[in-house]
Amino acid sequence: MKKKWLSIVLASALVVSCTACGSKATPTGGTASAKTTDGKTITVGFSQVGAESDWRTANTTSMKGTFTKANGYNLVFDDAQQKQENQITAIRNFIQQEVNYIVLAPVTETGWDTVLKEAKDAKIPVIIVDRMVKVSDESLYTAWVGSNFKLEGQKATEWLKDFAAAKGLKNSDLHIVDIQGTIGASAQIGRTEGLEEAAKTNGWDLLAKESGEFTQAKGQEVMESFIKQYPNLNVVYCENDNEAFGAIDALTAAGKTVGSDIKNGQVMVMSFDCTKAGLTDTLNGKITLDTECNPLHGPRVQKIIDALKSGGTVDKKAYVDEEMFCADTTVPKVSISGQDFNVTKLTQDVLSKRAY
Amino acid sequence: MKKTTGFDWKKITHSRFFMPIVCLLLVLLVNVIQTPNFFAVSINNGVLYGYLVDIINRASELVILAVGMTLVTASSGGQDISVGAVMAVAASICCQILSGGAVSTNTLMAPIIIAFIAALVASMICGAFNGFLVSVLGIQPMVATLILFTAGRGIAQLVTKGQITYVRVDAYKVMGGYIGKCPIPTPVFFAIGVVIVVNLILKKTALGLYIESVGSNGSASRLMGLNSTRIKFLTYVILGLLSGIAGVVASSRIYSADANNIGLNLEMDAILAVALGGNNLSGGKFNLVGSVIGAYTIQALTTTLYAMKVSADQLPVYKAIVVIIIVVLQSPTFQKKIRAMRHGKAVAVNAG
Repeated sequence: MKKKWLSIVLASALVVSCTACGSKATPTGGTASAKTTDGKTITVGFSQVGAESDWRTANTTSMKGTFTKANGYNLVFDDAQQKQENQITAIRNFIQQEVNYIVLAPVTETGWDTVLKEAKDAKIPVIIVDRMVKVSDESLYTAWVGSNFKLEGQKATEWLKDFAAAKGLKNSDLHIVDIQGTIGASAQIGRTEGLEEAAKTNGWDLLAKESGEFTQAKGQEVMESFIKQYPNLNVVYCENDNEAFGAIDALTAAGKTVGSDIKNGQVMVMSFDCTKAGLTDTLNGKITLDTECNPLHGPRVQKIIDALKSGGTVDKKAYVDEEMFCADTTVPKVSISGQDFNVTKLTQDVLSKRAY
Repeated sequence: MKKTTGFDWKKITHSRFFMPIVCLLLVLLVNVIQTPNFFAVSINNGVLYGYLVDIINRASELVILAVGMTLVTASSGGQDISVGAVMAVAASICCQILSGGAVSTNTLMAPIIIAFIAALVASMICGAFNGFLVSVLGIQPMVATLILFTAGRGIAQLVTKGQITYVRVDAYKVMGGYIGKCPIPTPVFFAIGVVIVVNLILKKTALGLYIESVGSNGSASRLMGLNSTRIKFLTYVILGLLSGIAGVVASSRIYSADANNIGLNLEMDAILAVALGGNNLSGGKFNLVGSVIGAYTIQALTTTLYAMKVSADQLPVYKAIVVIIIVVLQSPTFQKKIRAMRHGKAVAVNAG
């Protein structure tokens, strides 16, 4: 009796899981007859990593908002739920459906050679967004669109230099700790490099760096430890917003006040990403400077597709424009190797106008 | 005179708590040398402040898990590797109920106690699922719990709709922060409470004895009239419940449900805590306090490595080295060797 019941339960579980798989395998909005030989609508297959953060959601929305029917596109969207094998399947589906362009936001850097070769053989241009891919042959993809993480780091540190100068702080007055991202992530590498180089050229006291793994919990734990080791620290360089939240909590719990008034013992928190929650903290002065990591890749990708359509060539790497948001107006703009970047003072208005 | 001291020493070294405590002291000793102010505890901003406080505070979730993991290990001779994922499930359910389904909330949509209980019920269901697979179907614990290990975070993602759910309400921060003006972090109370309650249950009822006998020899205990299936099942439900508590505490610390990261890799630390506590991972007799000490040792190690400024990319290597040393020190074979050496020495002295 028991066994009979069990087999019924297991069998039904199997059926449920099978149907669940079945429904997932077809990309949303993907009609198999998406061939576009009429030359008018362009079919774009987009394989997204998932929806793990506000940033990612904004990235998806940007793509969906750009490649609309009204703009003459047919977007075949696939959510890979953080799995590379899902992305590879999605790309193969795109090839079978003979889409005109493939856009890929890869979950990891490696392991794309085979499937990109298949796309190339099918003569479908592949545009990579956000993270980079490491392939043996660079011609496997047409272009890459994403953030210049090192430039983000350079912009933030250049701002810090100007800010310190404006406030009459000497280089030796700054005692910086770095809460790094997940070690090896391209955002971590670029942002850490930016800080290290600036610390070297400006003679800043870079006390320590430790990974907060891009999470709030680890950021908090690492900050707790930093406070005890370096009672004199006054600048916290967090490599994303979540780490900054954790760091702020740890600093407040230890009786420190966060803010830009370093001279009067406040601890300055700098962050990256500019999520809505992060900018809310910038608005109330907890995060002094938040440097944007722009998820709105859609328009940039569209430009590339337009260029390719008209038979033009495109740059292998295209960086998206990224802003900086500050709690005050001490430093209106920074310049890096001759190029000026504006620093926006964050107001409620600016915040509510943002797309993500 | 000489004889009595020798006897006492032996008694101490043979105590079940001896090796776990020695390991913890070893880790702490390194700190005394490296970071002189490591043991300084002061009141700062109205709360206790210091490295030691950090260790005790941060280890809370691990202690709670280690208690449950010890029982599961003892009864079924295997480990539950789904605890981290179950933590994420509990945290996401708790936060979703509190936020009323929104991604971020500044006011509570439901009383905390209801969300807390719902989270615990969900985690107990997860525990019961594992328990059913292991005790009734007789599947290897590691394999059975692999299901929720993989699926758990997916379920949590489903509950939170793939986002990090924030509950920005001070009342929710209490469980991972401080109760009013109390200088001791709340997670510590949770950990102590769990250890005391579970200890009381084991001592006041025969459950502890039953678990040991089921783990030592399941069929023999069944012949003795013990329902070994039910006892194994029960330990998994208890572990599920404890994972739920740990999950809610961890989520309260960051006042959000981060389904991808809450309790990440904590299952391995919990198993390690059980091993460091001098427990036999193949079941039978167990040592609850040993596991608790093991849990504190692991957190002490992490905090120590931070304090010693080990850079993030090298951290796992140092951790691994220390763990290897501790595990080797505790292994029965190694201890037998040492004993034999000592014995050999004594014989040699006697002969000479």
